Amino acid sequence: MAEYKGVMVLGEVIDDKLAAITTEILGCGRRLADELKEELSCILMGGEVAKVADEAIAFGADKVYIAEDSLLKDYRTDSYIVVTEKIVQEATPRILLLGQTAVGRDLAPKLAFRLGTSLATDCLELEVDTKAKLLSATRSVYGGNARAIFTSESLPQMATARQKAMSPLERDDSRKGEIISVKVEIDPAEIRTDVIEKVEEEAAGIKLEDASIIVSGGRGIGGPEGFEQLEELAKILKGALGASRPPCDNGWTPTTAQVGLTGKIVAPDLYIAVAISGASQHLAGCSGSKNIVAINRDAEANIFKEARLGVVADWKQIIPPLTERVRELMAG
Amino acid sequence: MNMVVCCKQVIDPEAPPASFSIDSAANKVIPPAGIPPVVNPFDEQAIEAALRIKDAVGGKITVISLGINLTRDVIKKPLSMGADELILLEDEAFEGGDSWSTAYALAMAIKKAGEYDIIFCGRQASDWDAGQVGLGIAEILGIPSVTVVKKAEVINGKARVERVVADGYEIVEVTLPALITITNELGEARYPTLRGIMAAAKKQPIIWKPADIEVEPSQIGAAGRRANLVKLFQPVREGKCEIIEGDDAADTAAKLAMKLRGLKVI
Repeated sequence: MAEYKGVMVLGEVIDDKLAAITTEILGCGRRLADELKEELSCILMGGEVAKVADEAIAFGADKVYIAEDSLLKDYRTDSYIVVTEKIVQEATPRILLLGQTAVGRDLAPKLAFRLGTSLATDCLELEVDTKAKLLSATRSVYGGNARAIFTSESLPQMATARQKAMSPLERDDSRKGEIISVKVEIDPAEIRTDVIEKVEEEAAGIKLEDASIIVSGGRGIGGPEGFEQLEELAKILKGALGASRPPCDNGWTPTTAQVGLTGKIVAPDLYIAVAISGASQHLAGCSGSKNIVAINRDAEANIFKEARLGVVADWKQIIPPLTERVRELMAG
Repeated sequence: MNMVVCCKQVIDPEAPPASFSIDSAANKVIPPAGIPPVVNPFDEQAIEAALRIKDAVGGKITVISLGINLTRDVIKKPLSMGADELILLEDEAFEGGDSWSTAYALAMAIKKAGEYDIIFCGRQASDWDAGQVGLGIAEILGIPSVTVVKKAEVINGKARVERVVADGYEIVEVTLPALITITNELGEARYPTLRGIMAAAKKQPIIWKPADIEVEPSQIGAAGRRANLVKLFQPVREGKCEIIEGDDAADTAAKLAMKLRGLKVI
């Protein structure tokens, strides 16, 4: 019976660099590994990812497993699960971390069931009890209304971390680590899904996840025309335009603008929530913001519990003069 | 097309946050007074996805739900929408489970229910938000899965779906049988028609106990859990909101702009 030791992270590579989420879970993994006095390793998979190994080491990994193959160039459940399962079964980590991303949401649960282990998804906090060597995972539940702390005795202990919830280490290129090339053996016939086409829908410009200022609209905006006004304000602020779920469901904004539990997780310096009531599922997406400003005509709206600054008024009365004042201030 | 849809009865996720409360001794949420439970909205959209395929190519939709004390007019809603059959795994032994024991029970029920081409699940349940049971069922049954799908069609014996990703979507083809999880971008689920409600009223759900689906008692419900819930609590919201007021809207807006400058965000 192999001994389970060490913390392992499944990393993601985007544009030949570590995805931000990967630097975050490496930071978390490094902290857990140090407390356990065990090693931190990182799996990188894709078409060509060997060049990113050094970055993973610089962000905290002691060991990097490189799995390269043309069949891994784009994420597919069936190819990624086979390769990950093999690495995990050989390395037997005590703890396995992934990001709560399109990949993590798809791969982590299926992998957990295949490994016969338990998984805590969308974790906000991960701690380890060094005596019992048990991972304590704090999850967001009930649409963000509550938190639940889970542990499990099955191994490896698996968790996915919410984006922007964990902190990366300072990049240190002097760190040393081992790079291990993994032999990839995938039977193409076992890949049961085929991606016919990728369609990009995101508006050009600053990505919501990266924006330092976001102007966001809710159900109270009433239609697409209102969002044009918000977009103008966002442009002057050099920020991005976001929305809660109802405007996206109604087609007033592209669905890629959705901020929330099942949308984008954002943490800008300034989040202006216009005619957004502040349902927990929406707050789950924006509560990491440094400053939330709420404009809503309902003084009892839940958003005011989360906001730092508030205006109780009809947004239609406030946004035009606000846009003008901001334009003046930023020009002067 | 033989389709199975897994539905869960949950506390209404649209209930105002102020109505949410927890019994800390029991680590359980207290159902808010006067707010009836609902079918998990993502599961309703899973029903809608199945109905669109039934409209297009015909077929049968079997709904399976696991829970105790299920409210009949809530859990029968999928029948009113147009699903054909409802199976309830309603027994104390199924209760208190986690993703593991729930996926196991549902997978065994699906095996018992007969042939299937597509299993639809909501992407996550709005209570525990785990997003695991669907994938667990697929893994136990050994079938492929596609997650967070906003459109599903059957073309040439395969499912062709649109899978939502961060910057748009992918068009994916998957061999059948397959499991597909549905996300809200699919669009609004249809309202039950009066005819649908009347037809559903005449239908009785089939109730299965553990013995009916040949499950090991140790693998279902609380007994089959692999995750321990240590604590359930509400996060404390600190901080106070400063409300900005002015003589009129323009004045208020000007004050807000100056505050933002003061915070150095503009």
